[in-house]
Amino acid sequence: MLLSEKWLKDYTDPCVSQKEFIDAMTMSGSKVEGYKKEGAELSNIVVGKILSLIHHNNSEHLWICEVDAGEKGVLQIVTGAQNLKVGDYVPVALDNSVVFGGKEIKKGVLRGVESFGMLCSLTELGLSVHDFPYALGDGIFVLGDDCDKTLGLDIKEAIGLLDTVTEFEITPNRPDCLSVLGLAREAAATFNKPIKYPHFDIKNKSGDINELLSVKIKSPEKCCRYCAAIVKNARVEPSPLWLRERLRASGVRPINNIVDITNFVMLEMGQPMHAFDYRLVKDASIVVRNAALNENITTLDGIERQLDGSILVIADSEKPVAVAGVMGGEYSGVMDDTTTLIFESACFNGSSVRKTSKKLGLRTESSSRFEKGLDREICDKALLRALSLIEQLNAGDIVGGIIDCYPTKKEPTVIPLNHEWVNSFLGIELSVDEHIKILEKLEFKIKNGNIYVPSFREDVTHQADISEEIARFYGYQNIPDLELTGVADGRLTVEQAFEKTLTDLMTAFGAFEIVTYSFFSPKAYDKILLPPHSEKRNSVTISNPLGEDTSIMRTTALPSLLDALSRNYNNRNKEAFLFELSALYKPNGKDELPEETEALVAGMYGENADFYTLKGIIEELFNKIGIRKVGFEALTNNPSYHPGRTAQVFIDNEFSGVIGEIHPDVLNNYEIDVKCFVFELCFEKLLKNAVKNRIYKPLPKFPAATRDLALVCDINTPASKLSDIIKYAVGDWLESIKLFDVYKGQQVPDDKKSVAFSLTLRANDRTLTDEQADYAVQNALKELEKNGITLRV
Amino acid sequence: MEKQLETIKTAAKSEIESAISRQVLEALRVKYLGKKGELTSILKQMGSLSPKERPIMGALANEVRGFIGDILDEKMKLLAKDEQIEKLKSEAIDVTIPGNTKKLGSLHPLTVVLDEVKEIFLGMGFQIATGPEVEWDYYNFEALNIPKDHPARDTQDTFYITENMLLRTQTSPVQIRVMENTKPPIRIIAPGRVYRADTVDATHSPLFHQVEGLVVDKGISMSVLKGSLMQFAKRLYGNDTKIRLRPHHFPFTEPSCEMDVSCFICGGKGCSMCKNEGWIEILGAGMVHPKVLENGGIDPNIYSGYAFGVGLERLTLFKYSINDLRLFFENDLRFLSQF
Repeated sequence: MLLSEKWLKDYTDPCVSQKEFIDAMTMSGSKVEGYKKEGAELSNIVVGKILSLIHHNNSEHLWICEVDAGEKGVLQIVTGAQNLKVGDYVPVALDNSVVFGGKEIKKGVLRGVESFGMLCSLTELGLSVHDFPYALGDGIFVLGDDCDKTLGLDIKEAIGLLDTVTEFEITPNRPDCLSVLGLAREAAATFNKPIKYPHFDIKNKSGDINELLSVKIKSPEKCCRYCAAIVKNARVEPSPLWLRERLRASGVRPINNIVDITNFVMLEMGQPMHAFDYRLVKDASIVVRNAALNENITTLDGIERQLDGSILVIADSEKPVAVAGVMGGEYSGVMDDTTTLIFESACFNGSSVRKTSKKLGLRTESSSRFEKGLDREICDKALLRALSLIEQLNAGDIVGGIIDCYPTKKEPTVIPLNHEWVNSFLGIELSVDEHIKILEKLEFKIKNGNIYVPSFREDVTHQADISEEIARFYGYQNIPDLELTGVADGRLTVEQAFEKTLTDLMTAFGAFEIVTYSFFSPKAYDKILLPPHSEKRNSVTISNPLGEDTSIMRTTALPSLLDALSRNYNNRNKEAFLFELSALYKPNGKDELPEETEALVAGMYGENADFYTLKGIIEELFNKIGIRKVGFEALTNNPSYHPGRTAQVFIDNEFSGVIGEIHPDVLNNYEIDVKCFVFELCFEKLLKNAVKNRIYKPLPKFPAATRDLALVCDINTPASKLSDIIKYAVGDWLESIKLFDVYKGQQVPDDKKSVAFSLTLRANDRTLTDEQADYAVQNALKELEKNGITLRV
Repeated sequence: MEKQLETIKTAAKSEIESAISRQVLEALRVKYLGKKGELTSILKQMGSLSPKERPIMGALANEVRGFIGDILDEKMKLLAKDEQIEKLKSEAIDVTIPGNTKKLGSLHPLTVVLDEVKEIFLGMGFQIATGPEVEWDYYNFEALNIPKDHPARDTQDTFYITENMLLRTQTSPVQIRVMENTKPPIRIIAPGRVYRADTVDATHSPLFHQVEGLVVDKGISMSVLKGSLMQFAKRLYGNDTKIRLRPHHFPFTEPSCEMDVSCFICGGKGCSMCKNEGWIEILGAGMVHPKVLENGGIDPNIYSGYAFGVGLERLTLFKYSINDLRLFFENDLRFLSQF
């Protein structure tokens, strides 16, 4: 909302500097976004009068003028403009002046003739013909009688380009502040100044509107009030300067007196108005009704719009002439030859206007105001204000009376005056008189211990709302600050603490945490080669996505991780190790919220990346969080992964994740030319199996015996089979088993390999003798032999 | 004999003192103290002494043996030290050659700042609550005083799944869920992802993070809200930080405010960070609207509460002077490794 200082001062004068104004308004609840002074960049431009005008000798289109610039002297200026005559008053940019756009003007020589400045067009003043309708668009601006023609006077002063415009951010609960009067009310309360309302008097009128027009509201739930007035013999012409100035400062382009009056009233009072051409309202009958199915209307913007039964229209006896509260029809609006016009000032239901505006994809100044819910009490006043302006501008003859259809009146909201509750809610101590004083300056009425909320404050319905009014004008800065007291148990849940442990450990392994979008394109599943009927493709789908790229909620974080790896690879980062605790979403039908789970995913590429490095990280991670019973089993049929270099991870025999090298076709889809290794682990499985309470294990009292075994087995036998047999056969004495070598080659048969383990044996109740240790190993060898695994000789 | 002993003592002393290596010293030990050494051979003459002289000579001989032994040991230590010094000298390395680092990774800057925020509130006795990201319209809007067709819905362009299911646009629905499940006193923060239909640019992202705060108890007033926010701001940005609450509007709090903190770059004098205002907007807050308490099953006649919501990206951008929000989601290591 743009607020003109000039306009504000028509009603109240804060008597403070601009800085104080914006600070105090912000602190009392009307947040200032910024401000600008009109014509701020113009300098050294004054009013001058053309004394003489002669043709330049060396140019057909140049003129040499003598210009009287008052105390600045009489100047010779060369101009190319063709619209000047002796006696014209014009803006003169003197030597060393600045025109609109920051352009500097200096004296110079044009075709051999000295020129001591420049004569300005409207553009050079940052204006247009809308601001001065009598001026030429492409010539020098010749000042009209509405300007101060004192020679040498600063041009800004001469043409009324002196306003300061403050921009306010108006929150949706305060539609009343989308008006000059609303903000004037706030300003008056903020600076404790009186407010003077505009007048609504009409001196001359004739006839009776009821003989000329009928209004009927058929949908009172969507239109609680409809007021109309008629003006005859409309004289459509440009508005006077003072009105144009105010519109310009408010960011509205002046058009003609009738349109300008409707805009002026909307800006001043916050009430959208509309004007119809009386000739085009068939049977002089206005009906506010729902549109019929298949009815349509061409709106003012020239677009034909399909209507339906949910859309409220203003119709004549036959057809819609306006979409209520949104936009008028092209056919029925005010035209240059309009003589009799109907002013509409109505109150439409906010949510109905909002729905219509959404449905038609048409948002207007009017609809965005109605949406927020407007004051129904103001309709008739706004209409009278428009009529009084018609009279003031002599823009037409007013027909006596107004039509006021007001089927649904609203009683004012009454809230008990309870200053003690408000004080304790805010934590302040303020007397009841002070409370009343604040409320009264905001035009709340206090009667018999009750607060009567003014009609323009529909946002105030509750004691808490009253407390906000008190707080705003008591000053948020004056509320004391009080420490939160009492004992409270602030700590992480087990799950939260575990998340922290996992992420900290991952960084200790050298991985960098990433944060990825939890939605992506359905094509992401294609990129990781997920089969067409994979259950994982069943995703929570956004019905109104910004684009396909962010249209479904992910069921796997693999695409997000590969995207991040790809971005790093393509940004030429030589190596990368990334991880995320990623949110996943599993649909649960339309009556249940999806299941939201987490996965710990990590991926690496580069010199130090390989399967066993990443596997080692999982193993050490599990070791640190106390997950024991871990198993890895070859996984050959996950299409995202290399069939020979991928394992499923089991914890306590439950499937808990995948680790492996990414399939070359997938890498290709992500434009990565190096091998990538990835794991995806289910967070819940980790949480469930991580040790919660660690128990100390006594340090060994007896020495250990070590034995190394080199075994020969089939080339395809997984090493884990060997170690499992050894663990089983040796039993409790086996303190640890470590694989230290795998050999394939000349010294073993082609279809065999050698696997070497180092065993540490220890008993907790005695020193193992060599014989005992050997016996245990022999046992293991026997078991191994049963499985065709022999000692390498 | 006494003379012989003196001679040996003097000779040994001079020889030992001039010895240049431990090998030479070892030879001297044999020469003087060995089984066939000079001292031993003198002692062999003891038999020829009178019984009266024997103990005197014996003592003297032992003294000489002791003396030679001592200076031998001493010289030995000295030489060993010299040798060690030489050895250490020869082992000198170029300490300016870079070390063999084991590279650590790091947490994402958003996590780093979130951890800091959590730490502050845990210290103030808050617990950490969570709620679903795919939410019911009821929790995200209606229970928070934002009925269908409320204009406030315009400011939060919402991603819908079905007519009633959506991606939460704020962490505030957690307020209702916590109130439904917890009896006051309540003190929670609820961090998490939220979604709004904003196209990606330097200051917008369709996915971002908020931290919600909710306190419900008897006697919670605006003044307590102010005190808590002050405490948060000072812990996050330092003890000299000032705060300013400005009136604002949120449908689920009343009174509502936005909180500015004095600019942590210029301290409030005005700079490019704070656009010369001296203040930086950090969060929105307010007293929980009594209707919202009721929607959460809490009697507003007994309890009151405050709530706040902080944008995590915003805090993080300011903390590290980052100027483009997109960097958070691009996950480029050149960015990530700076934290």
